[in-house]
Amino acid sequence: MTTVISVPPSLDDETFEQVIEQLAPLPAEQKILVDARHTRWASPFGLTALLTVAQTRAERAAFAGPETDDTASYWQRAGFYRHAEELFEMHGHVPRGRNDPGESNVLLEITPVAKSDDVHDVVDRIQTRAQAILVHELNLDPQSTMRFAMTLSEVCQNIVEHAGRGGWVAVQSYRYRQRLGRRVVVIAVCDAGVGFRTSLESTPAWKPKDRWDDAMALEDALIRGVSRFRETGRGQGLAGVRRYVGRWDGKLSIRSGTARIAIVPSWDDAVPLAEHLPPFPGAQVQITIPERLEQR
Amino acid sequence: MTHHIDVGSVLKRTVCDLYSNLVTRPTGAAVRREIEHVVSGLDVPSLTVIDFSQVGLLDFSCADEVIGKLLHAARRRAEGIECYFLVRGVRDHHLEAIEAVMERYGLAVIVESHEGTWHVVGALDEGMRRTLEVVRARGCAEPEALAADLAEPADVLQASLDRLWRRGLVMRLATGYVSLQSLL
Repeated sequence: MTTVISVPPSLDDETFEQVIEQLAPLPAEQKILVDARHTRWASPFGLTALLTVAQTRAERAAFAGPETDDTASYWQRAGFYRHAEELFEMHGHVPRGRNDPGESNVLLEITPVAKSDDVHDVVDRIQTRAQAILVHELNLDPQSTMRFAMTLSEVCQNIVEHAGRGGWVAVQSYRYRQRLGRRVVVIAVCDAGVGFRTSLESTPAWKPKDRWDDAMALEDALIRGVSRFRETGRGQGLAGVRRYVGRWDGKLSIRSGTARIAIVPSWDDAVPLAEHLPPFPGAQVQITIPERLEQR
Repeated sequence: MTHHIDVGSVLKRTVCDLYSNLVTRPTGAAVRREIEHVVSGLDVPSLTVIDFSQVGLLDFSCADEVIGKLLHAARRRAEGIECYFLVRGVRDHHLEAIEAVMERYGLAVIVESHEGTWHVVGALDEGMRRTLEVVRARGCAEPEALAADLAEPADVLQASLDRLWRRGLVMRLATGYVSLQSLL
């Protein structure tokens, strides 16, 4: 018997929790159908996280894509179907066409990240398009382009260094009406690997603390710069990401296991640390950089 | 005594001839090993100029592998004190990564920006920065000669110069303490 997992009409980092809630009680062997027929919009987080759902299933999951042509076409241009077809048993119409993002707001179509060379590829591809979007549309300093690419590089490397399996990255720019009413550029990096807690537990001679859970692991990694590697220079990547996000009034959130930690700017009302969420493997990272208003 | 290493060329030669960005730890480790190989073949004392002018992006992880681990190892080795390094061709975004790495290790390095200005990056107290600046202006100096410039006792300056030498920021020769920039 197949269990239907309903994808919400608008899929982003917050509404993806509804997907996880449906998945959490199911054993990995349970056949599922991910039903996105009524989904009208998805953020890069939503699209990359949907791909990781397939990775978490022992039985190949089925997938039904959006019925609306515009939505399906957008998902296709974002590169979703190229990867979904390898992971899911596809049901219904699968749009075909070029994956080239062309004139759309897709800065980086959904791209697999599994090894160091993939990070080089991502960084090479993002720089030209990021320059145009960050400087001309988001009014950021030209210097921000390089730092944006550094940030992207570091979050992608978390997959290579810690996840134990491949994941995906996507970067898009869009108008964030819900909270800001301005343009944003969003980086999403999602994997279904071991997650922060298991990664830190693999540190040589690691001993559990009095309190140890996914939330504590996220705090250790993001706030205290702890890494499973004991070398002096480790743990700088996420620290650098935090600095970049803080400088541009951005938001950083990382979900792993049963917790989500966030660096929350004034324009957002997310809780800094959410605990006891339904479990989901790996790590799902989102970085949101908003348009600057004062330079207009 | 002075050897120039174009990091962009090392990257293309040792990792991939299509790459111009220094990103990821494996890439940084490969570049560092090549630099270490070159430095190990130099007569000491040696001054190695690490030139980033042909490097696009430098991320934190790669900066740690290339600069952090290179200097950390050099300072820890007994003979490391005879291997000196300058960093050149550094743009603002390179600097941010190098600064973070130097702070993490408690090290300092002399850096020339892409525009040609020199400054010290990393952990160094104000007194040592002043001493270093005077040595740079003079090119070479003994503690007694610096005492007048800095209005400090010679023995204090001697200690300060020795600390700069141990940190690889000035070279100690028979003629005195030598500014690394003066050797270029």
